[in-house]
Amino acid sequence: MDAIDRLIVNLMQNGFSITDSPYREAAGLIGISEEELIERLARMLESGVLTRFGPLFQIERIGGAFTLAAMSVPKADFEHVAAIVNAMPEVAHNYEREHELNMWFVLATESPERTREAIARIERETGCKVIDLPKCREYFVGLKFEV
Amino acid sequence: MDRLDDIDRRIVLATQAGLPLTPHPYHAVAEQIGTTPDEVMHRMQRMHKEGIIRRIGAVPNHYAIGYRANAMAVWDVDDACVDELGMLIGSLPFVSHCYRRMRRPPLWPYSLFVMVHGTNRAEVEEKVAHIGALIGAAARAHAVLYSKRILKKAGLRLNGGNE
Repeated sequence: MDAIDRLIVNLMQNGFSITDSPYREAAGLIGISEEELIERLARMLESGVLTRFGPLFQIERIGGAFTLAAMSVPKADFEHVAAIVNAMPEVAHNYEREHELNMWFVLATESPERTREAIARIERETGCKVIDLPKCREYFVGLKFEV
Repeated sequence: MDRLDDIDRRIVLATQAGLPLTPHPYHAVAEQIGTTPDEVMHRMQRMHKEGIIRRIGAVPNHYAIGYRANAMAVWDVDDACVDELGMLIGSLPFVSHCYRRMRRPPLWPYSLFVMVHGTNRAEVEEKVAHIGALIGAAARAHAVLYSKRILKKAGLRLNGGNE
């Protein structure tokens, strides 16, 4: 990442226009050409510096059921259990964390019934108890990361 | 849940993985879903205004840009003050997510979840201490769970059914 990439990451986390030529507008603010901006975004997406470029939806408002779930997985079984959990399309993210509850994943399904089914399946296939922690209220989502 | 019509849903499905990297991205989306660029832009502006689109822009991989210490800090906060504290903590400049979730005692007594990021653990600990001081006596228990490894990150996606 060079100085222009950092400027792009810092300036383009929010506020991309919904207009005919939004890349040209953003490029003008950064002081580069539209072509260069598009090329740099493509490169940062390719290299994994950016995971995505586009709209972030508040997906709960569009439909579906979402929950955060945690399991206490024995160390010796961890990789095997992670493979089972990751293979499920209902699992959106999965993180290993330092705690007795060491596996944390988000389940995204079409309905609460489907969430219950997915949890039952994970418990059956992994032998681990799933703790389901549905969201009661969201206070804030969406930090800008400075680089 | 908000009622989205078929065109709204098609816009979501066409853009949730990312905007086209072409000079006129909304025109490209319009062509893909069979409507006009103005229709796409008006609808996206509406969804943005309503908060269905949180923001439009770049999503950095926080590990890749140097945020190597990422913690989920949790507190068991008195229900009477959790909403007020949640709003306050969510407004801190270093907090990326702040939620209230169900407790599952005795194993999981915590209700307030705060994601805190830093370049190292000392930085995260300082931020967590700052939050702890704001919560003060309203907290009965507290834990910090550092993330060790991303096992999967597919993102939340709207299921397009048979599309």
